[in-house]
Formats: sequence, structure tokens, C-alpha cells
Amino acid sequence: MALTALRSKLESALAGRVLAPFAYRDRKVMETVSVGIPTVDSLAGGLPRGGLTEICGAPCSGRTSLLLSALASRTAEAEACALVDGRDGFDPHAAEAAGVELKQLLWVRCRNIDQSLRATDLLLQGGGFGLIALDLSDIPPETIRHVPLNVWFRFRRAVEDSPTVLMLLEQESNAKTCASLVLQLGAGLARWSRTPMPTPDRDAASLFRHPAACLLDSLEAHAEVLSSRMQPASGVVGAIDAIGMPSAAGMSAAGMAGPAGMFASKALWGYFSGVATNSRAISKTNRSANRR
Amino acid sequence: MAFASIYVPGVSVQAVVRAEPALRGCAIALVDGTPPLRNVVAANEAARQAGVTLGMAHTQAQQFSGVEIRQRSRGQEESAHTALLDLAWSVSPRIENTAPDTVTLDLAGLHSLFGSEEEIAQQLTEGASRFGLMAQVAMASNPDAAIHAARGFPGITLIPPGKESQRLGCLLVSVLSPGAEVLETLERWGVRTCQALAALPVLELSERLGQEGVRLHEFARGARARSLVLAEPALDFVEEMEIEHGVAELEPLAFLLGRLLDQLCARLAARSLAAGAIHLRFRLETTPPSTFEKVLRLPVPMRDSKILLRLLRLQLQAGPPTAPILKLVLAADPTRPRVTRGELFLPRGPDPEKLELTIARLANLVGDGNIGSPELVDTHRPGEFRVRRFLPLGAEANRRRENEIAQGAGFRVFRPAPQASVVLCDGRPTRVSFRGLRGDVAAASGPWRTSGDWWREDPWQQDEWDLEIHFDVSSGASSGRRRARANTPSQGGPNRGLYRFYYDERLQGWFVRGAYD
Repeated sequence: MALTALRSKLESALAGRVLAPFAYRDRKVMETVSVGIPTVDSLAGGLPRGGLTEICGAPCSGRTSLLLSALASRTAEAEACALVDGRDGFDPHAAEAAGVELKQLLWVRCRNIDQSLRATDLLLQGGGFGLIALDLSDIPPETIRHVPLNVWFRFRRAVEDSPTVLMLLEQESNAKTCASLVLQLGAGLARWSRTPMPTPDRDAASLFRHPAACLLDSLEAHAEVLSSRMQPASGVVGAIDAIGMPSAAGMSAAGMAGPAGMFASKALWGYFSGVATNSRAISKTNRSANRR
Repeated sequence: MAFASIYVPGVSVQAVVRAEPALRGCAIALVDGTPPLRNVVAANEAARQAGVTLGMAHTQAQQFSGVEIRQRSRGQEESAHTALLDLAWSVSPRIENTAPDTVTLDLAGLHSLFGSEEEIAQQLTEGASRFGLMAQVAMASNPDAAIHAARGFPGITLIPPGKESQRLGCLLVSVLSPGAEVLETLERWGVRTCQALAALPVLELSERLGQEGVRLHEFARGARARSLVLAEPALDFVEEMEIEHGVAELEPLAFLLGRLLDQLCARLAARSLAAGAIHLRFRLETTPPSTFEKVLRLPVPMRDSKILLRLLRLQLQAGPPTAPILKLVLAADPTRPRVTRGELFLPRGPDPEKLELTIARLANLVGDGNIGSPELVDTHRPGEFRVRRFLPLGAEANRRRENEIAQGAGFRVFRPAPQASVVLCDGRPTRVSFRGLRGDVAAASGPWRTSGDWWREDPWQQDEWDLEIHFDVSSGASSGRRRARANTPSQGGPNRGLYRFYYDERLQGWFVRGAYD
């Protein structure tokens, strides 16, 4: 009885300010959209609408590839997207080659982190975008660490109950529990195509002595789900190589004897490949991630 | 009743009150002329009762307490008259611009659209009120009877056919606008009302007063039938306001702009139009007088005065006028309003009006040239692009199938391109350093020469290399990278990255275009 009375008292005190304060809300139930890379989609379940997704990684770890893929995926659905570019590092040529519909992209070129955060706030308040990406990849991690946590909380609250996907790209995770999904990326191997193929009298090392004989073909990246509020913590551990097939070498590199379930915050691994958009190479789309 | 007439009594004073609604109900006198010789040219009833008379000197009128003295503004009178015309056009396509304070409408065929005469008259009165004018409306079977009834009777007057003479009989002859001499003659005869004038024999009247007398006789009986002299629809949406003491702050300026925008948008709405652009013109308090002009171009037609005010405020914040403002002129370019089609399966998109506001705020934050949609330029020059206005395609955008989307590696551009130091061996880079980073080249692809625009003053010639670099552990950024990679299993070997370097033949130096990420 006392509890009931207390609950009534609290509800009446909060009336007009908070709607249904005691109503349970399952925050894990979120609509997700494809990031455009099937391997990452299967790992993370997609990007959550109405949530903050952090993409962390060192330079050259695949963050921009994932960003462009997400933008291409959203603009392909004719959604308007916005990119808040913290250090003006966006390349429209690479974006178009990656399939981004540039007319659907609002590019905000900022000079520092303050401008970037304020611009993101304005875009979230304006609303109507399918994806808003805040790219702080080139901003030193120590600068971002000084951003108060309430900024990320404010962003999360602003995007909640909206269909907007909010992506944050940085070198390390900062949003803590404000993020619905945190992906850690790591650089994998770079693949170089060689023309002509090595012959008995010409080995690979000698081909590198003739750099015009090789082209940058693709680069790999690791993706790891550090935390997710959208799916159970359990998952199958596996290493998948560039063409999407489980490889013994990959499994041993991950220290696994075979598929196993782990229930921890960093239990899942995956690889995805991107193709270098080299204007000098014959244009080739790498659908290896789709070959399963 | 086929004709209606709208009359605005004391239009000069009402035009001033329209710009300053706070003056409604006050005693107001308008002065005109070249200082110091300024005389009273108009006054409302309250000012007359206080003792103000027409022709009185400005200094004399100032002696009357409670009387607000304002400078007559022909611009505001013009705006009020145009607003009256807009009101008339919102009801009837056939109107006559009878006088600066009177507009006459042909109501034929409008009853099925707007209802009975009472409803139409009520609509006209309320419309005038929305435009800040107190109007008198009358309806009769001929235009002149309607005009004189509107001028003579307050409120709404409806004269049934055949009753014109009876209804107009009590009006003074002066309402018929006779010439001064004719009016004096009629007064000498003791003819003061329309009934008395209508009772005179027309033949004798014509002998004494000529055609003018005959015309007045017909007016007094309400029997003169004529066609309207139709006015051409004008698309002139201008509102202006003169300020006695210059406005220097943004807040009071925004308040005044809001008032003008409310009037402008109400007039656009009455004509079923919207604004495609808003032109601002200020007369500044400088010697010699100067003007400040700004144009707000809208991506979609709008007529929401609140959003337009916010956009204007943002523009003025970015580039304010340099002196106090004495006169505001606001003009709108009329265009057809935006037609939105609501559909269940349309892609999500920002509301155009809110988007324009957001973009204006972002432009204030990062600069006009740093926001928009990127657009590639038709050139081979590396990294060329332009930024154009962001106009999402919306409903006309086509969804693309997944297999139409190419998957490519991301590339980050370094702007500006940092200088690099490159050690070559047999023409091939073997060691590089830039931005405090140093490392060995593990793999290289190049050189790939690009050049062009040789006919211009700024040609380019560059040799590009794609380099896989293994950085020294002691390099500047590697410690940060070690922290970032703390949760990843070791890949074995040093930190590495993929970069595009280029040698610029013109500048004779190495630079880093960007990184594959």
C-alpha cells in the first residue's frame, strides 16, 4: 500500500513533465538498418535507428570505409543524410565511388570540435535525416576525452524516438553507456594485385622492385562489437577471411580451436573487405563479403 | 446585390496605426511638410475632439496632451491601399481601384463560393481587420450606391434592389463628393441631404448646375448604373515602416520586422501565393543617407512569418547594418506555394522550412561556403569539387537496388596537404616522414603521373604513389595508436597505414594527399 501511495505521489508530482515515468521501456527493441557490409550487419545486427553508434579505431582501420558504406546504404534508400566533418577530411570522389548519392548528403565542414558538436546538435534538433554522422576521426583522442559525458547523453536523448541513425567516428570510445552500439575496428592486411603473376623466374619480392607492376587492390579491417544494447551478449566466435569463408589460419590467429560461445562484451569477431577506388585500376567491385 | 464596396475611413491615419498597433484607440494627428514648417494634414476623431484641427502647425498640435503626433508616410499609405486591393482580389477577380481609400468589387457568381451577402460582407470586414484596417463595407445593385453607402454608414450596410434612394436619403450631400462650388451652392439652397437633392427636379437642376448636377441627382437616388473600371491584378508585395528614432539593436529591429512580415504573409495568403525571396532594404542614419540591402532567397516557397523572421535574424546576425535604421522596406517575390503530397511510402526527409532554418544556423556557425552538398567537377585535377546548396531530392529520388551500389575503400583527404619528406632508392620511396610520423615503405605502387590545365595559369603535374608504411614505434602518433588498439589482438609487427603521396613538379616537393581508411 505504501508503495502504491508513493508511486501515485511520484506520478502526480511528475505529471506534465514526464510521460508514464514507471512504464517499462525495452530499449533493446530498436529498428536497425543495414550498414551496407553484410559481415558487419551479421555481427552487429545493423545500425540502430534512434540510437548512437560509436565506430572506434586507429587511423587506416576502416572507419571511413564503414562510414561511406553506411551513407551509400541510406542514400540508396533516398534518405537525406548529414556528415559533420570535424577536420574537413571527407573526400567526395571516394564517396561517389563508394555509391553515396551526393545530392542527398549535407556536408558540414568544421574547423574544431566545438563547431562539430554544436553543428550536430543543430542537425538533431532540426530532424528529418536518416543518418547523421559525426566524424571526429582526425581529432586527437585527448581532446575528445574532455567532452563532458552530458554532451553524448544529450545527443542520445535528441535522437531517441526519432528514425535517425547517429554515428560517431573517433579513435577510441567515449560515449560510454550513451551508445547503443560500439564497434571497434582494426587494420587488417592490405592486398596488392600484381601484374603479371609471379613466375618461377620472377618472385613476388622482385615485383615490388617494380612498383608500377602492382596496384593497391583491397584493404581488410577487423570489426569487433565492444558493446551492444540491441542483442544478447552471447554469439559465435569465428574468424572469417576476405572471401567470407571460415579459415583455419584465421581461427588459429584468433586463438580459437573452433566455434564457441562466449558471453562477454567483446565476444564477436568479423572481417570485411573493401576495394581501393583507384582510378588507375580497372574498376572492380569486390563482392567478396557477399560470397558466403 | 451585385456590387460591394470597401471603404477605409481616415486611411492616412489607419496606415500609421497598421504599422504601430499600439496606437489603436489613441488620438492621432499626422503632420507633413518640410521641417520646421510642418502642419497637421490628418487626424482621427479622438484627436479632433481633443482640439486638433487640419492645417494646425506641428508645434501647436504638440500642445494637446494625449495626442500622438506622427509623420505622414506615403509608403505606408501605399502599402495599406495595396493590402486593401489584395483583400478584394481574394474574393473577386473583378475589382475597381476606386480611390486610395475605396475599392469596389463585382460579386456576380460568387454566392455559390462564399455564401450570402452577409457572409461575404463579414468576410471582407474580418479580412480588413487581419490586414490591420478598420473598414466599412456596403453592398448594392450598382457600384456608386455601394460606394456612397460604404462611405456614409459605419459597419456593414446591405441595400436591397430598389431601396437605394430610401437608404441613401439620410446621407449628407458631401458623401457624394461634389465639387466645392457645387457643394457651396447646394448649401445656400438649403439642400444638405441626399433625400433633399433627389427631390429636386432634374431638368431645372441641370440648367443651374449642368451635368455635374445631373450626376449628383442620380447618385442621390442611387440610380446610376455603370460598369466597373477593372483594375489589373498587381503582384506587388511591399511593406514599409518609418522610424522616428533610429533602431540600432537587433531585438527591437526583429520586433518591427516581425510585424511587417505578418502583414506580408497575410497578404500572400489572401492571394494564395507564397514568397520565393524576401528583399530587405534599410535607410540608415548616416550622412549622407545610405541604404543597406539584403536578399533572402528561399529554396522552397514559404509564407510562415515566424520562420521567415528567424531566417532574417540569422542573416542580420551574420552581417548587421553599420548604422541605426530610419526606414524599413520589406518586399516579397510572389510565387506559387509549395504543394506537398502526403504518402505512406515516401522516403524520410527533413521538412523544407525547418531544414532552411537549420542550414541558416549552420551557416552562421561554420560559414556559408562550408555547408552544402558536394558536387564533383568535370575535370581531372585531383580533389576538385564544389559545394552547392543542399536540396534533397525527396519524393523524386529513386531508390537504388543493393547490387547497384559499389563497395569501395574509404579515403580521407588531408586539407591542406601536409609536406612530407621522402627517401628514394632507385626512384622508389623507401622511407617517409610527415606530421611527426616516420616509417619505412613496405609496399609501393607508382609513380602514376597526372597533369593538366597546361593552358591555365595554374597547371598541375604530380606523380602519385600509394604507399603502405610501417611506422617506427617511437613515432609521434604511434603511442596514441597503441591506446586505440588496446582491445584488439596483436597483428604482429609495427603499426602501419596506407597513404597516398604525391610529388608536385611545380612546387618541387612531396606532399601527402590522404589516407586509406
